[in-house]
Amino acid sequence: MAGAAPWDFREARRRLETKPKSSGEKLSSVEDAALRVRDGDTVAAGGCLFSRTPMALVREILRQRRRRLTLVRNLMCTEGELMMVAGAVEKVVTAWMSIGLPWGVSKIMREHVESGRVPLEEWSHLALGLRFHAAAMGVPFLPTLTMLGSDLMGVGGTQTLRCPYTGETLALVPALFPDVALLHVHRADRFGNCQIDGYPHMDADIARAASTVLVTAEEIIPEAEVRRHPDRTAIPGFMVDAVAHAPFGSFPHECYGLYEADFDHFGEYVAAIDASGSRAVGDYLDRFVYGPATHAEYLERFGRERLARQAGRARELVG
Amino acid sequence: MGSRQLRDDTTVFAGVGVPLLAAVLAQHRHAPRLTLVIEGGIIAPRIEPGRLPISTNEMRAARHATMLPGITDTFLLAQRGFLDCGFIGGAQIDRHGNLNTSAIGRDYWKPTVRLPGSGGANDIVSLCKEVIVLTLHERRRFVETVDFVTSPGYLAGGDSRQQAGLLFGRVSRVVTTLGLFSFDPDDKRLRLDALHPGVTRDAVAAETGFEVLMAERVEATEPPAEDELSLLRAIDPERRFLA
Repeated sequence: MAGAAPWDFREARRRLETKPKSSGEKLSSVEDAALRVRDGDTVAAGGCLFSRTPMALVREILRQRRRRLTLVRNLMCTEGELMMVAGAVEKVVTAWMSIGLPWGVSKIMREHVESGRVPLEEWSHLALGLRFHAAAMGVPFLPTLTMLGSDLMGVGGTQTLRCPYTGETLALVPALFPDVALLHVHRADRFGNCQIDGYPHMDADIARAASTVLVTAEEIIPEAEVRRHPDRTAIPGFMVDAVAHAPFGSFPHECYGLYEADFDHFGEYVAAIDASGSRAVGDYLDRFVYGPATHAEYLERFGRERLARQAGRARELVG
Repeated sequence: MGSRQLRDDTTVFAGVGVPLLAAVLAQHRHAPRLTLVIEGGIIAPRIEPGRLPISTNEMRAARHATMLPGITDTFLLAQRGFLDCGFIGGAQIDRHGNLNTSAIGRDYWKPTVRLPGSGGANDIVSLCKEVIVLTLHERRRFVETVDFVTSPGYLAGGDSRQQAGLLFGRVSRVVTTLGLFSFDPDDKRLRLDALHPGVTRDAVAAETGFEVLMAERVEATEPPAEDELSLLRAIDPERRFLA
């Protein structure tokens, strides 16, 4: 929230109260959905690391050349690197950033953080989850037993409190109300009711915490299907501002049960960075982000066979 | 070595890599009723030999799990007291078992080397009943003072951990490539309990940037048994995480 502290629950509440909470039509294109992101926004991305990352939305935000964003994500992966090199972020808030164990410490993150260009505000994984949860609850903080005594307390200015009941010391992690939530889900109807398969990560809390919720879905399903299984709805339509159909919307990251992350693609990406640093990411942005005009054109660069291979691997893994 | 620390009928918070190998080995060998909990929100997966995950948030890590809770809920299980043991590593560790996986250098905001960060390590060390540190034993890791406390061991020693409000967890063991360590019960300094076969006290001193206490009797660790080695090779045939 421009001007407001991330934990300003009164301002966050005011923004929700003044916003239409329609149960009507939310279907949109990825391009139109991304238009709701403004320069300077705090943007929280769902999923975790290379799982269910809202990559189609991230690429479109980069195509629209957004600037001065604060990107918040519990474990950050290539989406964070792309945003850094594209100059879209002025700060990242996370518990961990790199690509994954086999690829070592992210060179792109090191370059941007060590030079002071993009500050990395670190929280423990649970603390960041509780920040979203506090916001989802509409309160300014939550007490916890984590992070106490560590230097992470100072990074985000976490306060402590002597518990009024037991006298023990508690850490109070502040709520984080993002301006925009970017989420990718398995299924949604055209009113924005969302279903997620597999690990739910923090998406439901992020949807409740944010002022604007943008969703891409692998599949748009009939309303009747949602009503047949209301227990499967993780995010109700009235929270959602736009939902766009984006099959393989997390690719090259994974979507549980539908496609595995493309580790070969990661490998090529990291090899190029090892050879020529962030210039390689610049080339990558030209080829995979700025080059293709739409998500569909992006997928064409990989071809049906490659996508089918990734889908086959996922089916086998959840079988 | 980490594997042998895990008891049957307990729960373990395991990250990918060596900790997961240790936990899966324990399940196959002496702890069939050990429950694995994985950071990405995964309970009791059946990790398939030859198909080890590379992240705590992917389908290989979730294979045949009994439950997939949200990530916040998963860590709250540890805060509630459901997690008996956790495994972590670190780029730097000091005499009181404090770990740094965040930043090397004086200025956090402009570090000499930025590391990936805590992830769940801080939560595991703060909230699990017992934590085992698994690490390579190198002088650049075993430092007098860590540049940044990502995951608190015993902070400044003595009862400073409790004083900070960390009432429940503790780092019980440090398993390194040279030996097995614990902490002195009073001032909470790193203490050598056992050396791996062929390793000398001098070798430990040479690779440690501070004085290591010695147990009254420094034992020799039992080398991996043949069945442990063959199980490990079956679990990780590509040697992704085995040396």
